[in-house]
Amino acid sequence: MTLEIPQNQPPGSESTSVVVTESTHHHQAWKWYHYFTFNVDHKVIGIQYLVTAFVFYLIGGLMAIAMRAELATPDADLLDPNLYNAFMTNHGTIMIFLWIVPSAIGGFGNFLVPLMVGARDMAFPKLNAIAFWLNPPAGLLVLASFFFGGSQSGWTAYPPLSLVTAPIAQSMWILAIVLVGTSSILGSLNFVITILFMKVPSMKWDQIPLFCWAILATSVLALLSTPVLAAGLVLLLFDLNFGTSFFKPDAGGNVVIYQHLFWFYSHPAVYLMILPIFGIMSEVIPVHARKPIFGYKAIAYSSLAICLVGLFVWVHHMFTSGTPGWMRMFFTISTLIVAVPTGVKIFGWVATLWGGKIRFTSAMLFAVGLLSMFVMGGLSGVTMGTAPFDVHVHDTYYVVAHFHYVLFGGSVFGIYAGIYHWFPKMTGRMMNETLGRIHFILTFIGTNLTFLPMHELGLQGMPRRVAMYDAQFTHLNEICTIGAYILGLSVIPFTINVLWSWVAGKKAGDNPWNALTLEWTTSSPPLVENWEVLPVVTHGPYDYGVNDRGSKIQSIAANS
Amino acid sequence: MQQIPVSLLTLVAGVIITLFSLWVGQHHSLLPIQASEQAPLVDGFFNIMVTIATALFVVVEGTILIFLVKFRHRKGDDTDGSPIEGNLPLEVFWTAIPTIIVLGLGIYSVDVFGRMGGLEVGGNSHTPVHVAQMPGSAIAATLSDPSGMESEMAVPANDPDIGIGAGANEKGQRADLVVDVTGMQFAWIFNYPDSGVTAGELHVPVGTDVQLNLSATDVIHSFWVPQFRLKQDAIPGIPTKLRFVATKVGTYPVVCTELCGGYHGSMRSQVVVHTPEEYESWLAENRIAQQPEGLKQAVAVNPAELSKSEFLAPYAQKIGVVNSH
Repeated sequence: MTLEIPQNQPPGSESTSVVVTESTHHHQAWKWYHYFTFNVDHKVIGIQYLVTAFVFYLIGGLMAIAMRAELATPDADLLDPNLYNAFMTNHGTIMIFLWIVPSAIGGFGNFLVPLMVGARDMAFPKLNAIAFWLNPPAGLLVLASFFFGGSQSGWTAYPPLSLVTAPIAQSMWILAIVLVGTSSILGSLNFVITILFMKVPSMKWDQIPLFCWAILATSVLALLSTPVLAAGLVLLLFDLNFGTSFFKPDAGGNVVIYQHLFWFYSHPAVYLMILPIFGIMSEVIPVHARKPIFGYKAIAYSSLAICLVGLFVWVHHMFTSGTPGWMRMFFTISTLIVAVPTGVKIFGWVATLWGGKIRFTSAMLFAVGLLSMFVMGGLSGVTMGTAPFDVHVHDTYYVVAHFHYVLFGGSVFGIYAGIYHWFPKMTGRMMNETLGRIHFILTFIGTNLTFLPMHELGLQGMPRRVAMYDAQFTHLNEICTIGAYILGLSVIPFTINVLWSWVAGKKAGDNPWNALTLEWTTSSPPLVENWEVLPVVTHGPYDYGVNDRGSKIQSIAANS
Repeated sequence: MQQIPVSLLTLVAGVIITLFSLWVGQHHSLLPIQASEQAPLVDGFFNIMVTIATALFVVVEGTILIFLVKFRHRKGDDTDGSPIEGNLPLEVFWTAIPTIIVLGLGIYSVDVFGRMGGLEVGGNSHTPVHVAQMPGSAIAATLSDPSGMESEMAVPANDPDIGIGAGANEKGQRADLVVDVTGMQFAWIFNYPDSGVTAGELHVPVGTDVQLNLSATDVIHSFWVPQFRLKQDAIPGIPTKLRFVATKVGTYPVVCTELCGGYHGSMRSQVVVHTPEEYESWLAENRIAQQPEGLKQAVAVNPAELSKSEFLAPYAQKIGVVNSH
């Protein structure tokens, strides 16, 4: 199966429709086995990313369930403490590097960005495929590391601990992260070029869908920060295997430098995980509320502001570590400032709901669920950005509560919202709404039950990353564990829904939500090169209610 | 009946939410008891943040809920919502208010942190002290040879630059009590250089200015007393300090919060805050117990140096033979 090089016009050229080909094979949809090949089509790669990431989500989730089962009692009676640490490390690693980042950026980004800007593919299709195919070996390395004891030093891999526990597993872990980091850099380059140079000429800059703005900001951030992590990890690898002593304190190394290198990437990584989700929110909410997004420019620019300010907040992870006073002061202020553009987005989405005709579809339920939970995560984030309070709660369950509200209540809810919203476009079939609602209710209850009590645990004195804890924390931990079991159950209706709907779901048609962004102007699933004739943009992506544009959503009630 | 204007409802809601948030901020009881001079500062700041967060949470979540109910799609209505794309004054308002709030919180937090002694300690943190470590023998050296410890362990010669607790008033002044704290997998060792006492738990008198000089022999550990609201990492190669005044007599947990290996969760000790008299008696007991002479007398009695009657005295007593002479 070969593809032609995308034939997009250079920027500024005449806005005319271009017929690319008359070859009939371009009208065919991909067969199932194409998804297991080195395919260079952005849609295939997007789905490859999503499915692979979801498999890793299930694996990482099982590790979480095992850890919560261990934490149901104060003693380390279920898992050996070293194995617990290996689970804890790889749960974090898999969820961040092999689930959220690849699905949000790689999955949705690849599938949607060319479609949304009216391109036939990404700028560099082969590079795109290479970027994806770096992920499965990385995942296998992480999983195989369990045969060598599993890396046990947390996803932060702080030396000297990472230099003294399970060296082979730790080296495999480092290589895995370097692979996904390389994938991220290659993918980001591709996104930046695609968005900047391959949008259809009739699309003005203020008509680019907000998801693309978010992916642009994410890519710039990834390009600036990922190499720093790679540098830190390569130095760590050298210390582990080649006798260097960059981070060995007994040989003149400095362990705090590693923390700077690590957090210079890993705090922005939080934005890498949430910015694309903000993009998904900005697409899902207007469609299902039947309203133009409120404050398009504010939401677009706030993505860029988060990208910029996000580079200057990393030291708030080191307030109790080796940082001088002035640094704590500067990074307190810069960390707090990130809350402003984030708040602007939240207010924008809330205002979008005002005066709408809100459909409680599964996609919208997850989007609104995200909105309500992200407020909680954002507020606890502000409290932790301040040095005096951070000193108390740093490295406690309060932090675990905060980042799970942001990353589960935020990113995972967003990924679910995106899947329910774009599943008809990806597969040509609708998902079942009843199963979707059951999935949402279980997920919402499970998330709050699991992570809300953790705030109290941390404030009262329970440190994080422990397999055993003081007996006074037992009751709250039991609640968390029950919540985790519910979260585990919640995946079942979703998995059944995806598998069943993909094979036998109701036919979706080209535009079941009557949305106005460009991806809905082609067939579902889209043609091999997206359109027979490139679309001409005649209206904004969110012009709901403008000149009677957009109207009836195909009835989803029939499904439920 | 005349319609109640929306602005009046908004005003009433605002007043109720404000009062509710203020109440929550003062009555949340989320934190453990306060036992250091820094704790009330942190708690006061946290209470303000809880107040603001409660108000914002109620307002935003309330708005979302109201909108979801009020603007839900009704059967048969296939029209779109009203095409409102923006409102500049509103957007300026909700950008400016959070900016003012976070800048206010930022300035306040810097002030609180300064009063806690978090900003005065400064200098170049990235100058590692070359640690004379003896891998594998560190624990043995610590326990069996207190005199040799100072030369082998990462005990700083000078006052550490990094840490928390030395405010403007204390800066440059020696604390009333200095304790060298060493973190190791999976225990804390407390050494009192002035009295030569070494202990597995921290004992301090109430109301005394205490400075902990923190170091680590193997991996990074983090010293936390939740009731003190204070935490500082013990970093191999970089000496750090934690300075505090305990304000309440009692026993509190010392928790390691930095992942330090498999049994990280079991790396727990305690800090006992005594009255000054109790502390002195604890110190005296331990000083005697740990003196080399005391050890010799108490344990290492050499039978060859004893006379026959001295050697036999315990046995004679045991079998009931009373020496009449």
